[in-house]
Amino acid sequence: MNAAARESSSPAEMRMTISKLNFWYGSKQTLFDVNLGIAANKITALIGPSGCGKSTLLRTLNRMYETVRNARLEGEILLDGKNILAQDVTQLRRRIGMVFQRPNPFPKSIFENVAYGLRINGSTLPVAEAVEKSLRHAALWDEVKDQLHKSAYELSGGQQQRLCIARALAVEPEVLLLDEPCSALDPISTAKIEELLVQLKELCTIVTVTHNMQQAARVSDFTAFLLTGQLIEFSPTPHLFTTPGDPRTEAYITGRFG
Amino acid sequence: MERHFEKDLNELKERLLWMGSLAERAVHQAVHAVLETDEQLAKRVLDEEDAINELQIEIDDRVVQLLALHQLMAVDLRFVLAVSRINNDLERIGDQAVNIAQSATRILRHPRVKPYVDLPRMSELAEEMVRNALNAVVRRDVDLAQKVLATDDQVDHYRDQIFRELLTYMMGDSSVVYPAFELILVAKNLERIGDHATNIAEDVIYIVQGQDVRHPTVDRR
Amino acid sequence: MSGRLRWRKFVSGFMLAMTGVCALVTVSVLFFVLGDLVVHGGTSINWNFFTKLPAPVGETGGGMANAIVGSAKLLALASLIGVPIGFLGGVYLAEFSGSTVAFVVRYAADLLNGVPSIVIGIFAYALLVLPFKHFSTIAGSFALGLMMIPITLRSTEQFLNGVPRALREGSMALGASKWKTIQAVVIPAAYRGILTAILLAFARVAGETAPLLFTALGNRYWSHGWNEPTASLPVVIYTYALSPYEDWHRQAWAAGLVLLGLILIINIVARAILSRGISVPRA
Repeated sequence: MNAAARESSSPAEMRMTISKLNFWYGSKQTLFDVNLGIAANKITALIGPSGCGKSTLLRTLNRMYETVRNARLEGEILLDGKNILAQDVTQLRRRIGMVFQRPNPFPKSIFENVAYGLRINGSTLPVAEAVEKSLRHAALWDEVKDQLHKSAYELSGGQQQRLCIARALAVEPEVLLLDEPCSALDPISTAKIEELLVQLKELCTIVTVTHNMQQAARVSDFTAFLLTGQLIEFSPTPHLFTTPGDPRTEAYITGRFG
Repeated sequence: MERHFEKDLNELKERLLWMGSLAERAVHQAVHAVLETDEQLAKRVLDEEDAINELQIEIDDRVVQLLALHQLMAVDLRFVLAVSRINNDLERIGDQAVNIAQSATRILRHPRVKPYVDLPRMSELAEEMVRNALNAVVRRDVDLAQKVLATDDQVDHYRDQIFRELLTYMMGDSSVVYPAFELILVAKNLERIGDHATNIAEDVIYIVQGQDVRHPTVDRR
Repeated sequence: MSGRLRWRKFVSGFMLAMTGVCALVTVSVLFFVLGDLVVHGGTSINWNFFTKLPAPVGETGGGMANAIVGSAKLLALASLIGVPIGFLGGVYLAEFSGSTVAFVVRYAADLLNGVPSIVIGIFAYALLVLPFKHFSTIAGSFALGLMMIPITLRSTEQFLNGVPRALREGSMALGASKWKTIQAVVIPAAYRGILTAILLAFARVAGETAPLLFTALGNRYWSHGWNEPTASLPVVIYTYALSPYEDWHRQAWAAGLVLLGLILIINIVARAILSRGISVPRA
């Protein structure tokens, strides 16, 4: 592969490393021996058919699975070399933020939504400044700067999702996890958010789950393909989508199944 | 809203135009190697052939990636497909230039057959066709593309004229057969260059209007 | 039209008409009660009614100021007892709903709700009257507070459960602890419903008479502090209605009107709050 449109990273710095990860819901095992590196300041996409475990995998990265009973994890997940399972979970979640499938703004004003994380965790900047900064990063500032006191529910779906992104960015996370962030949105809003993600790479490392593999092809630098809880293939996106190594990957991306 | 793949499309266009300028230059140098019996010029053409071939491979890689990773539609899709075709035409133009340069090295071992009258005019036309075709790509100018298509007949006409004239010379004096034959080959190469320029012009019309103007005699339903 | 069809149409029309009649009957009962109270008690509602103490037995004039103030004190203290316990209990049930303890609490609350008010009264009597050998406002408030607990608790739990899980996840993903999430996101999202529940619980116990008979008893004069027996609207209605005095009968009607009016207003306000929209609209 020669110098192509997407920058490939040669010795990529790994922000997170997942080793020998196994996961159970009750007695049912849903992830089998997953090993994966998340490159710093790049977008990594997790794709695969329904039920393949990609959302489960994503939720291990910020330990959100702990809100569910009977969820059990074995293996190691490192953030900058340190095991996240040994850290305080609320501190961890400041460093690893999450945006969900359906926009879920709080029943507060736009300003208070973004400020929420800052009020809990403390902030290096004055709150108003930090809120503006986040809204600018989320490409929402111009649209809401005169209505910060209005309820978040008055925004459109796409705007609400960008608000959720701003809210997550406010605490300056090192990693941002996005669980199918565009699946509830229309195509224009989706396009806006995809462009936003490409720009956000400079600020943080991004991991996104998507059931829309074209989206993974459009925006990500690395793609991981999962099938029934196993990691089948993980490579730079241009490579995976033009010459995948595994026939199962090829069958999936050519739409033969899934 | 600017999409991030537009950057990739622009880069693709730039690489293609760079390849075009290399091909243009190769033709110019090769022709002048013949007209001015300049061996250095001919050698330079042969040295620069690799650059053109490498670009062809690079551009094809970029095309594959753009198609695989982005769901290009309408003009973007036509553009990328056309680039793939223009890519090949440019590489062939490069090959023809190399052929001309090789003929030049062989001709210069013999005295000049006759004053070059038609050849310079034909080569000027051919070069102009290539230049215009590439400009039409840059500016997406359909009128310019049409002009290129119209010029092809003149180039063909010159080729026939040169054939006839040199044939007469060869029949009159057998010592000039070798160089005269090479000159006929040069004319043939120039005519092929004109054809490739025509292909490029047809691709421009395809990009802009979505119309496939190749083979007007084929029945399209 | 065939006979069969005609019969079916008649039955259908008749039944629908009957449902309309029953609905009308239900509504009209409320209006009759209200109307009766207004007619009989409306004239007695005057300035004296609200400001004067009861006149000596047999004399006319006098009012119910002490009963009104007494009811207010009883209800205020009852709320102070019942609402926090019910509310926090409801929070517990909503956030830890799977545990066995939660199951037990829920069951117990439902049972408590079903306990007759007079039994609650006896319980409060045994606990807070007998040992101290006198009736008191505190005992009355305690009984009423106990009755407020199950209503507040179950309603709080219900409205908190109505808050979508996504909001909780959003808060926790930002590094908020479970309590912080509850405090800053879940409760504000459910506050309208919870407020309504509290108001309705309040309205429910405002008119309870039986428990007060054993605890606050009654008082012809002002009751001072919290340790003395106190008059209250429901008990006064009971006492006056059974008395032989015409004036007192009229005052009983008036008190009934005031009480019912209060309860109606609370209900209307509660519904207005709720209808202004649940805090978290569907996406």
